Amino acid sequence: MKTESKLESILNKGEFAVTAEIGPPKHSSPEAIKHHAEMMRDYVDATNITDCQTAIVRMSSIAAGLHVMKNGIEPIIQMTCRDRNRIAMQSDLLGAYSLGVRNVLCLSGDHQKFGNHPTAKNVYDIDSMQLINMVRRMRDDKVFLCGEEIKQAEPRFFIGAVANPFADPFEFRVVRLEKKINAGAEFIQTQCIFDMERFERFMEMVRQRGLHERVHILAGVTPLKSWRAAKYMQTSVSGMIVPDEIVERLKKAEDPKKEGIEICIEQIKHIRNIPGVHGVHIMAIAWEEIVPEIVQRAGLYPRPKAE
Amino acid sequence: MAEEFEPKIVAFCCHYCAYSAADLAGSMRLQYPSNIRIVEMTCSGNIDHRVILNAFEEGADGVYVAGCMEGDCHFLKGNYRAKKRVNHVKQMLDEIGFDSRRLEFYNLSAAMGPRFAEIANEMTQRIKELGPSPLNKKEGDTK
Amino acid sequence: MIIAQQKPIQEIAEMVKDCRKVLVVGCAGCVTVCLSGGEKETEILASELRIMRQLQENPLETVTFVCTRQCDPEYIAMLDNLVEDVDAVISLACGVGVQYIAERYPSKWVLPAQNTNFIGGSIEHGVWEERCGMCGNCILHLTGGICPIIRCSKSILNGPCGGSQYGKCEVSKDTPCAWQLIYDRMQSLGKLDKLLELQPPKDWSTSRDGGPRKAVREDVIIG
Repeated sequence: MKTESKLESILNKGEFAVTAEIGPPKHSSPEAIKHHAEMMRDYVDATNITDCQTAIVRMSSIAAGLHVMKNGIEPIIQMTCRDRNRIAMQSDLLGAYSLGVRNVLCLSGDHQKFGNHPTAKNVYDIDSMQLINMVRRMRDDKVFLCGEEIKQAEPRFFIGAVANPFADPFEFRVVRLEKKINAGAEFIQTQCIFDMERFERFMEMVRQRGLHERVHILAGVTPLKSWRAAKYMQTSVSGMIVPDEIVERLKKAEDPKKEGIEICIEQIKHIRNIPGVHGVHIMAIAWEEIVPEIVQRAGLYPRPKAE
Repeated sequence: MAEEFEPKIVAFCCHYCAYSAADLAGSMRLQYPSNIRIVEMTCSGNIDHRVILNAFEEGADGVYVAGCMEGDCHFLKGNYRAKKRVNHVKQMLDEIGFDSRRLEFYNLSAAMGPRFAEIANEMTQRIKELGPSPLNKKEGDTK
Repeated sequence: MIIAQQKPIQEIAEMVKDCRKVLVVGCAGCVTVCLSGGEKETEILASELRIMRQLQENPLETVTFVCTRQCDPEYIAMLDNLVEDVDAVISLACGVGVQYIAERYPSKWVLPAQNTNFIGGSIEHGVWEERCGMCGNCILHLTGGICPIIRCSKSILNGPCGGSQYGKCEVSKDTPCAWQLIYDRMQSLGKLDKLLELQPPKDWSTSRDGGPRKAVREDVIIG
């Protein structure tokens, strides 16, 4: 065990992990986060706390993570490279660790163009790969990015990264995943999977390179509420592939929400049988309350206890 | 006041079409207003933003550029370029608050003597309706 | 070259609304090549301003001049006589030219007619595109001759990010993903293995945020 992360201990035990996502609010009240955390508490091993997702200003992921933690769930703090330089990032990492955060997920972040402040200046001082490496070196080498020693109480995070099997160039995605593992990533959460065939091809390449033995891959799934949501993801969200069959299935369904849940459960059951996948990451966007049902019906309840 | 406004209109005419058409109109004894001052050009594509703006600054009430029919330019694409340039100047004129209807681009061929006269009439009519160029107001009063 | 584009005419007119006579100065360097601040554009701008002011019955007198370059003091010196009786100087050069004129004539009101956009080249007649981010520490040898600093919307050094799809960047379907281009190029060069190397965080101190950068060639300094 490198860290005190509960998620790490569950994954290291070989358990099939379940994580979910909580989006911080666009205001300063923690009530909704508390509510979501209480509801999910017994059904997930940890929840991601997004970092101003799609570049829309929201409560800081570290602050929101603290509310989640107080309500009994281990947070995975997302940290993007969009809004902070290396100084602010390291400072926030120290702060987050001091508050009890043990997991961090490193990512580039959506371009500010998509958010509510498209005229902002982005930072991108370091990229996600360099961020992963920085967090690892802070922990294992006890140094700041500049090389200066962290004299005491280095932050010991369980380090996560993302992979998108649906982005291009496809052949390079696994190579880049390897690069992230080399940089220090210990668990990976993928983009939402709808195209199962492509994900299986991705995992095949992962296994060929033996990466599944070096990193814990958590497959991302998203329950869809309607065919419109599916269509939107298909046409307007870059780096996403949604097959027409899913759109059609939701369109034909009498109760699209119910069908969306069914699809998601089927996907999870399928994913569990793909060798090398160590868990599932449920991104129920603006539909957090559905997570317990999905977990339960997918046969992932009760959750194991961490050591 | 009673005197009717006679606009000054400058027509930049391509040698291969509009200018010859003007000649033809003359030989055909077609009537067209004497308000038109023709400037012969080797190609309408030679027209320059500055020349158009200058014409207006120097007192023209209207300006038009006439080039060959599309596809018939002696220099292949001069007329397309001229048209684009004229449109650009029209846009500029609108931006600075000068009515861009005082500027126009036409396509015609050397054989179109009657069309030349028609254009001359059309433009003269248009400018008469618009009245003297606002850049000429003061001078116009004293002249 | 430096690519600049003229500000909206209304904005320029607003800057000189209290002037009676202005000097409009073009530049025969980059901005001539990118068709925004050469002799022609200088005369057009002057003409537009005169027409506008005449329409407002508040005539503006203009004097035009085109410097060989506005980024060399010796060419600015040629304006010495021209600036004497003007209320303002409008420069159609890049931001460098505006500042050089302002430095030489401390008592003159010097105004920019252009927005200086980027360092780039023409991709077809009338279309220019950015190619260099002026980071001061070139890495093109690592990326197959394609600059991720400026051509990647996130300046990623270990790309492509998850937003790259069908060869395009997530910011726009019209923007090629620089890292897809790099990948393709490295593949055709047989150097894909280079992309597996972790590129360390960049030293940005050579870039824009350390105050004005300076370049010195000791051997050509006179005196």
